[in-house]
Amino acid sequence: MGVFAMPSLGADMEEGTLVEWTVAKGDTIARGDVIAVIETQKGAIEIECFEDGVVSEFLIDVGKAVPVGAPLAIIGTGDAPDVPDPTPPEVPASPPPLQPPTPAPDVPGESPVELPDEEPLETPELPPEENRLSPLDPPSPPPAEDIRASPAARTRARELGIDLRGIRGTGPDGVIVLADVERTQPASDVQQALAPPEKDPKAEMRKAIAAAMVRSKQTIPHFYLSQTFDMQAAQDHLAQLNKDRPPSDRLLLGALLVRATALAARDCPTLNGHYVDNTFTPSTEINVGLAIALRGGGLVAPALMQADTLDLDKTMAAMRDLVSRARTGRLRGREMTAGTITLSSLGDNGAEAMSGVIFPPQVALVGLGSPKTRPWIIEGTVQPRSVVQMTLSVDHRANDGRQASRFIAAFESHLQTPEEL
Amino acid sequence: MTPTEIRAAFLEELVSVAPDIDPDSVADDDHLQDDLELDSMDFLTLVTAIHTRLGVDIAEADYPRIATLGDAVPFLTERMG
Repeated sequence: MGVFAMPSLGADMEEGTLVEWTVAKGDTIARGDVIAVIETQKGAIEIECFEDGVVSEFLIDVGKAVPVGAPLAIIGTGDAPDVPDPTPPEVPASPPPLQPPTPAPDVPGESPVELPDEEPLETPELPPEENRLSPLDPPSPPPAEDIRASPAARTRARELGIDLRGIRGTGPDGVIVLADVERTQPASDVQQALAPPEKDPKAEMRKAIAAAMVRSKQTIPHFYLSQTFDMQAAQDHLAQLNKDRPPSDRLLLGALLVRATALAARDCPTLNGHYVDNTFTPSTEINVGLAIALRGGGLVAPALMQADTLDLDKTMAAMRDLVSRARTGRLRGREMTAGTITLSSLGDNGAEAMSGVIFPPQVALVGLGSPKTRPWIIEGTVQPRSVVQMTLSVDHRANDGRQASRFIAAFESHLQTPEEL
Repeated sequence: MTPTEIRAAFLEELVSVAPDIDPDSVADDDHLQDDLELDSMDFLTLVTAIHTRLGVDIAEADYPRIATLGDAVPFLTERMG
């Protein structure tokens, strides 16, 4: 028996809007099941429950925005709920999504910023300890009525009061994209068309990124160590692996970098974990957060769970899935909170070096520039080699230069023996 | 397939990978990665889609030959011929 509360999906999240219940009242659920979809500044996130039980009661209506920690549902044993005063809201505070908006300024777009009537519970910065450090739950199957839409499309649809279920998506695999929503907008509704959007999703995401990064820079005493590596062995190995593979089975260099990060994190546990309440707690799992650039701007850093246990092919498959869901579908709550170290890579065509900002409450971030061909000295002779510059950003509260140097040496060593990745 | 059909197919798959790209605005010399901002994952997804749709296998060594629409159409036409 317990209250299911609005989770915190990152250091920067203050509130979320309930978009969908994926379970029904009376359903039996198990720990790890996705039970709701929450719209945040970083898009729609599937939320898992943290206990077994029966959904006894919904306390929040779909479409309502509530702060982190606010009770959303009661998960019971199937008997009558026995809950310490969750105070269900008496009135639906915002119109149902199907209803067209009334003229501005009272459009539904405003409702997400409305505070709920009930007193919010204490806002936790993080999910409970057990949820962060426990073994990975098996992913639950997606709900039958899973509507796939980009974060921008969801936000715009809510602003316009359009139900996503009535829209045919033209994106990959039928994903609903922003243009689909805007096409659906009734052309005759001049006032609505002229009204400025209540919230620009890109601006909202920028705000979320800004909040997290300001907090990181203000509270984490960063230091940075850099090293340039010869990447030729890794790139030759990659080319060899990909040579006879069809495109669908090919690996990207990024998969090798994720593996090297995960293995170095295993070698150096003082850089893998969370710094909370003046204490660093190493994580038993190695969940490599991947900084993923979204097309059109913005960034998310969901975690590739238990990356140290995956081989290269599985790592690549998990990266494909994560990138695809970050852009068009839904990430899961755990992926947003369970990262233990982050990898941020500029890819093929970027600058040659990057010093990144640590994603709190993690204590380290691996920043990689783009590989460049440079003169390199091998046994006294100059040779053209593909090299990459790595910069490790480290929280000085949890580590010193010695540990950081060990991590860099481990990372380099794993990349020099790519056949073992 | 004619070059025109190949061009249309390539553009369709490109927009499928990057739905925010307006196919009418893609110039022949727009670089898919530098100008249209496809990252390495997007590019691999595009190569995979072209392989599935046109039956043309594009080796990694040939990636530069489809770096722009203007390069890709004659290359794919030749490979399909």
